[in-house]
Amino acid sequence: MSVALLLRLLLPAAVLGLLYALMGVYASGQTLLAAMLLAVGALAIWTYSSPRTGALRYLFPGVAAALVFVVFPMLYTFGLGFSNYSARNLLDFERARAYLLEERIREQGSEREFSLHREGDGLRLLLTGAAGELLTPRFRPDAEHPQDLPLVAAGETLAAPLAMAERVALLPALRALRLRDAAGQVYTLSSLRELAQSRPLYVEAADGALTDQLSGTRYQPDAGEGFYTSASGEQLQPGYRVNVGWRHYARVFTEPRFRAPFLSVFVWTAVFAGMTVLLTTALGLLLAVLLNWESLEARAAYRLVLFLPYAVPGFISILVFKGLFNQNLGEINLILHGLFGVRPAWFSDPLLAKCMLLIVNLWLGFPYMMVLCTGMIKAIPADLYEASAVAGAGPWANFKLITMPLILKPLTPLLISAFAFNFNNFVLISLLTGGRPDQLDTSLPAGTTDILVSYTWRIAFQDSGQQFGLASAISTLIFLIVAAITLVQMRMTRLDQDHKR
Amino acid sequence: MAIVQSKSQRWRKLAAHLFLLTLCAAVVFPFLVVLSVSLRPGNFASGSLIPQTLSLEHWRYVLGLPYAGPDGRLLEPDLPVLRWLWNSIKVATISGLVTLLFSTTAAYALARMRFAGRRALLTALMLMQMFPAVLALVAIYAIFDRLGSVAPWLGLNTHASLVLAYSGGIAMHVWTLKGYYDTLPQEVEEAARVDGASVWQTFWRVLLPMALPILAVVFLLAFIGAIIEYPVASVLLTQQDQLTLAVGAKLFVHEHNFHWGDFAAAAILSGLPITAVFLLAQRWLIAGLAAGGVKG
Repeated sequence: MSVALLLRLLLPAAVLGLLYALMGVYASGQTLLAAMLLAVGALAIWTYSSPRTGALRYLFPGVAAALVFVVFPMLYTFGLGFSNYSARNLLDFERARAYLLEERIREQGSEREFSLHREGDGLRLLLTGAAGELLTPRFRPDAEHPQDLPLVAAGETLAAPLAMAERVALLPALRALRLRDAAGQVYTLSSLRELAQSRPLYVEAADGALTDQLSGTRYQPDAGEGFYTSASGEQLQPGYRVNVGWRHYARVFTEPRFRAPFLSVFVWTAVFAGMTVLLTTALGLLLAVLLNWESLEARAAYRLVLFLPYAVPGFISILVFKGLFNQNLGEINLILHGLFGVRPAWFSDPLLAKCMLLIVNLWLGFPYMMVLCTGMIKAIPADLYEASAVAGAGPWANFKLITMPLILKPLTPLLISAFAFNFNNFVLISLLTGGRPDQLDTSLPAGTTDILVSYTWRIAFQDSGQQFGLASAISTLIFLIVAAITLVQMRMTRLDQDHKR
Repeated sequence: MAIVQSKSQRWRKLAAHLFLLTLCAAVVFPFLVVLSVSLRPGNFASGSLIPQTLSLEHWRYVLGLPYAGPDGRLLEPDLPVLRWLWNSIKVATISGLVTLLFSTTAAYALARMRFAGRRALLTALMLMQMFPAVLALVAIYAIFDRLGSVAPWLGLNTHASLVLAYSGGIAMHVWTLKGYYDTLPQEVEEAARVDGASVWQTFWRVLLPMALPILAVVFLLAFIGAIIEYPVASVLLTQQDQLTLAVGAKLFVHEHNFHWGDFAAAAILSGLPITAVFLLAQRWLIAGLAAGGVKG
């Protein structure tokens, strides 16, 4: 009961904490985040305060974490696929508008020299010049946060001005200053020696359009594109996030210079996953059969050594292979050069790069298949083999007529999961080739060894201008493909179970 | 007939041994090269598998000690390997414990309680595993980017964000634990309930002590899973001193910056313990699953 008591005591604190956090998040404009926090927080408080939530008390932490950090990102990905979220359209509308309204132009001829004076643990800034000296109150230099300071007529005695070297060190903090004189004119830093009056570059009209004060151009917010756009089509940076509907999907399926690389990446993804499953299964099955052969010596030792690739962390063995396959310095080419006098360009020839990926993935993947197949072969009743021995069957007949048919059914769903896993084997591609060598004549960089997930990663994080929206749209397509594979697998598993019954 | 068969059997055995030995050589070759390279002076792979001159420069490098460069001057290592290892261990330990906490409780409810939607939840957990986090990288990045603008200690480039991102990956562990709980006799818990223990006390004092071995296994598996996780960590962490080993290690074998020898030493230093832990946990896991399979 002490736990219940503790919960009752903690409840008011939890409610207050949640409300406080909510206020902070909501005030910073993160509506979605605030809504999620509210839902999860309220559910948590209800779960642990209501006496009628038996199982949920135990399920809540894990299920909530899975929902927030696994399911929600998936759904959020679908949503982002319809947005233009990218490096050029990073901010939401309000923040992009605020950013543009902050931009200022300097008034020519308003420059005034200044000096800095230490006072206590802060600074004071003195504007000098013919129009009379103006002084700020004491402030602390802070480069991170913009400071607004009033300017008043100077009359006090100040400490000696800071030397130029010290002023240089303070530059970032000085840039963040906005000084306002009695007439409301705003001074900002214009050079190392001078401050100057400035005024906003853009003035907002009642209809939301921004007018450039220098050129007089009007920029209308374009909710379809996510930019302030002039009549001649000029766009102001930064843009903002808007919904662009099915545009990314249309691009994937209709733009020729995009569709062609996308298709070739898709085909290679399927070939890569399929070949990997085929090769690893063939080798794994062969080894399982061999190591199940009772008159073979040292089977335990073989099994241990052959299991090693599965036990070593993938990121280490993949990088080891990256070194081993290095064209000029790697050991593999050293050996090939010694034996045959060739130094294959594993990383710059598309075909060789693909072969290398398959070789490395075979090395990484066969132990898992070996273990799986061993387990399944062990489950086959021994009397079947005894009967076939009596009938005088050889090992090939045994394999073809007993082993293979009996393990194929239970193996199939596992092969499908292996296919799905390799379909998304981002770590191997990313660490070994990074998708390179690149394809030619594509509208976005695409590699010949890129699989769909690494291609998506590239669009989002590497060399294509952080096109998060487009990357999310492709992720959604991959998600659909994986869902289809999963459906097939579930059907297979069910068939297998029905068969057993 | 019998003689012929035994002769062909002998040939077949010889062929099998040859094949297995070749394969073992192919498996062991990379490890031997790495060991050799880590002890060879210089970062270039020339010379025999058994190094003629031994040099500890790469080991000094990964341990963060000054080492003698090619011209004899003492150099400071430029990649903080020990720091990365520490980051990895920190993140993996915390997320292992969080995973353990979340999955033991959830599995308890799924194994011992009857409630609406229990089957559906189990299926949903199974399905979740089919969709790797790599499909949602953009969303994960965007979520933590936004979280960071509200709470900087949860934003990009923090280890807290990584732990949070990993904390949802409980599906597999819930299934493992539920399978194990199912094998434990319910009678013990029922006796405890009759004696007046609350549900929580039954779970905490009776069930968990009985499930200790599987808890260790789940912790180790979650720990290893976090140590070797690359995609999410590579997106969330970019500052060099914040990286985990899985993200940092690739900087060694960069196209223009080929620290082959240093990487070899780092690989052994970090790979050996992880491999040992994995072999340990793997054995336990297989035993646990086999035990879980008895009940069907």
